[in-house]
Amino acid sequence: MDQNQKRRPEGKIDDPVWMGRISLSNSDSGLPHPERSCQIWLVLHSAIRNPQLEGAGMKLYEMTTHQLHDLLSRKEITSRELTGSVLKRIEELEGRIHAYITLTPEMALEQAAAADLRIQKGEAGPLTGIPLALKDVICTRGLRTTCGSHILDNFIPPYDATVTEKLRAAGAVFVGKTNMDEFAMGSSTENSAFGPSRNPWDTQRIPGGSSGGSAAAVAADECIASLGSDTGGSIRQPAACCGVVGMKPTYGRVSRYGLVAFASSLDQIGPFSKDVRDTALVLNAICGHEPRDSTSVDLPVPDYTRALEGDVRGMVLGVPRENSGQGIDPQVAESVREAIEVLKKLGAKTVEVSLPHSAYALAVYYIIAPCEASSNLARYDGVKYGFRAKGTQDLLDMYQETRWQGFGAEVKRRIMLGTYALSAGYYDAYYLKASRVRTLIRQDFEKAFEKCDAIVLPTAPTPAFKIGEKVDDPLQMYLSDILTIPCNLAGLPGLSLPCGFSREGLPIGLQILGNLFQEERVLRVAHAFERNTDHHRQKPKL
Amino acid sequence: MEYEPVIGLEVHAQLLTRSKIFCGCSTLFGADANTHTCPVCTGLPGSLPVLNKKVVEFTVRAALATQCRIAPYSQFARKNYFYPDLPKGYQISQYELPLSTDGHVEIQVDGKKKRIGLIRIHMEEDAGKLIHDLSSDRGASSYVDFNRTGVPLIEIVSAPDLQSPEEAGAYLRKLRAILMFLDICDGNMEEGSFRCDANISLRPKGQKAFGVKTELKNMNSFRNVQKALDYEIRRQTALLDQGDKVIQETRLWDAARGMTASMRGKEEAHDYRYFPDPDLVPLVIDPSWVEKIRAGLPELPEQKKDRFVRDYGIPEYDAEILTSSKALANYYEGCLKIYDQPKIISNWIMSELLRELKRDEREIEECPVPAANLAEMLKMIDEGVISGKIAKSVFEDMYRTGKRAQEIVREKGLVQVTDTSAIEKAIDQVLAANPSEVEAYRKGKDKLFGFFVGQVMKATQGKANPQLVNELLKKKL
Repeated sequence: MDQNQKRRPEGKIDDPVWMGRISLSNSDSGLPHPERSCQIWLVLHSAIRNPQLEGAGMKLYEMTTHQLHDLLSRKEITSRELTGSVLKRIEELEGRIHAYITLTPEMALEQAAAADLRIQKGEAGPLTGIPLALKDVICTRGLRTTCGSHILDNFIPPYDATVTEKLRAAGAVFVGKTNMDEFAMGSSTENSAFGPSRNPWDTQRIPGGSSGGSAAAVAADECIASLGSDTGGSIRQPAACCGVVGMKPTYGRVSRYGLVAFASSLDQIGPFSKDVRDTALVLNAICGHEPRDSTSVDLPVPDYTRALEGDVRGMVLGVPRENSGQGIDPQVAESVREAIEVLKKLGAKTVEVSLPHSAYALAVYYIIAPCEASSNLARYDGVKYGFRAKGTQDLLDMYQETRWQGFGAEVKRRIMLGTYALSAGYYDAYYLKASRVRTLIRQDFEKAFEKCDAIVLPTAPTPAFKIGEKVDDPLQMYLSDILTIPCNLAGLPGLSLPCGFSREGLPIGLQILGNLFQEERVLRVAHAFERNTDHHRQKPKL
Repeated sequence: MEYEPVIGLEVHAQLLTRSKIFCGCSTLFGADANTHTCPVCTGLPGSLPVLNKKVVEFTVRAALATQCRIAPYSQFARKNYFYPDLPKGYQISQYELPLSTDGHVEIQVDGKKKRIGLIRIHMEEDAGKLIHDLSSDRGASSYVDFNRTGVPLIEIVSAPDLQSPEEAGAYLRKLRAILMFLDICDGNMEEGSFRCDANISLRPKGQKAFGVKTELKNMNSFRNVQKALDYEIRRQTALLDQGDKVIQETRLWDAARGMTASMRGKEEAHDYRYFPDPDLVPLVIDPSWVEKIRAGLPELPEQKKDRFVRDYGIPEYDAEILTSSKALANYYEGCLKIYDQPKIISNWIMSELLRELKRDEREIEECPVPAANLAEMLKMIDEGVISGKIAKSVFEDMYRTGKRAQEIVREKGLVQVTDTSAIEKAIDQVLAANPSEVEAYRKGKDKLFGFFVGQVMKATQGKANPQLVNELLKKKL
């Protein structure tokens, strides 16, 4: 941990000049160029004013994708104005939130200009010209992708992830790469080598993790929507902590090509957004079979916005018997109970379902995920790219020092756990046994979905906790994901949306799980709830 | 005490697919370093493998040709270890559920046939290549070339059924021939497209239980495999005879010094931490696809050998040699198309042709005498244009120069003398020069006939038709 603290480039992180410099993807000099960066900001200040809209009482950066798409299509605003508004917002808030590892204002303005041309020609799609952010675990061609790790802090991928390609093709604008727990291992972003992000609702608190930067950026209006990745709850838990919508699609729905792997059989990319309609719009853009990912599933992708048209009348919602109490904050339990009442009033029925093996989910997850991670992270050896320790004696020494200095404490802990569990003589007792229990967990869900259309439960056991509160107690930290992990082990789609606030004013998330490839039912329940409540309209006071 | 060697071989064969096993990069050998690479085969973060179907097809061919069972459901696994030529820190291989198991190949040693079991054939990716430069400007440096990374391999693991270095050699030659007949491997040992590791232990003759084995690596030719096994048998015998124990370890063959040396012991053996690769879905093989592949299999060495014996009436020994490689079999049949004397062709190939090739360490593919040229020359013997004796020197010239027989015969004036008057003249001279031998012969010393033949041939510089010489000599004597 101490080593982590020391090598964190603390002084640079909050410095917008530094951030501007890093983002210069077309920079012709490798040296810092503060003058040029300042110019960018000056351009922004003049670009963002749109008196008409400001008169209506809502800032551009506060709006949703579908609202902005309407304005763009009607030519009432340009993407440059919108992007300028978001960049200005980032400039104002980033020092307090630290949602980003890398900002790309120059690239964003270029993309915005290109989007404006496209809109002019009447070729705009729902995401054309919309400022988005990508979790820094998603590869971006020519733009460094760090995974929140020192070991990759100079890694510039020569290729785009599939989702990056798809969003580029949709005409989206990328404002930056968001902060995250190192290699997506954590529930608070405190494991980032670049320092923690802060919860916009209370900057003393964590935004959740591992996609905390993506969640905080959306909650603080530092982007319109963003992408994260979810291995054990890394989209849903931060969405709950930050009061935004976050969704993990079915495993295989979104190509993992270009998503830097943590645990390959669990990882899935998904969106953060300000409302459920935006979630559907981003899903439309990123879902689909792709031959470069063998685990990507070849099924037709529906138009997810169509799922928003229905209501929940006659739908059966499963309420797990096992999640009713122990370890769950009473305020969270109460909010979720109220949310279920709302859905009942809207015509949904509830039925108790049983997921008996979910009790073992955390244990199973902490075998399988570290096993896969120990192998996935073996490639960071200092040989080909990324950080390499200096002054080492021989190959073994180079490997050891590079990995010792390059990885943070939590990553090293999980590599050791996984290496141990896969070792000769332990494999059967750990990995094999965990795989078998995983099958039982999956079967529990299969049985449950025979009785219901969707399962509702809290997303996280507590609202956002304080920064530093759990860093020295990994087990307590791991428990943050106890309600989200079973869904990953079964490969199901899951969504979290705001369903209330604690007495301290912290958001609480409702989690909705669907059967495999039934994202539509999940979205339908979520949208029905959202239409009849206003939790999602609440904004943090910043 | 008398010991019995127990030998099992692990062969790695590169498959002749155009692209790599998990990405679209070229597999061509000899390109500039790191030009046949992409994010997938260099293990860049976020890249994912996608299986090349051709690799599965080729492996199924190998499995069918060796009577293996094809698993309807198999799985890729990660073999984890750190090395700079392994960019992901693991090799994608197969472990618990390989594509095929339980096959065999037939070998023949000293006229005895033997069936050698195959435990498994599985698919995996090759690693890169390290190039060490001890005298670079920056001090000793190592470079990595990832062109070979991800080139498809099959690993063929034999049962411990081999009992001598000769059997090991025969097995390797047969296996290599099968893969080459199938057009799935070029069999080039120097370029590493056919590699072999050996496990060997000794046990007292008659004992059932296996002794302690060593694993031998770094043998880049059949000869070296046999030499390394010979050496290891002597080494282990000496140890056991002294009452010492063989240590389970991996040993490297040093061809220059003609010995094996310890590389790593059992304690240092890697724990590869195999587990199913979550990036690749389980492989399910459609039986009808397997049948389609089976129907398209070419004639294999064993079948070809039987056909040669049956159709050409040559001895099994000849057929075995002629079918030891596809190219040689093709050469043989190429000759037959022009000259319909199977046994004569077989004799010439096995004696003259293979001797020349062996002396030059050349493969039949590099033979400077095309099959048609050899056949033409053999025809010339039959037609009496040249004698069988002259033919041998003509063949040597053909081999050396690549010229056709007619050309050489014309240039050197080697056309056989069939002009009876010329031969008679030579006979007269010989008889006149050797009156006492003539006398002795006529008194009953029949053996001298050969002497006169030799003298006449000598006088005609070997060009006289031997049959005519015989006839005329008998008349004159």
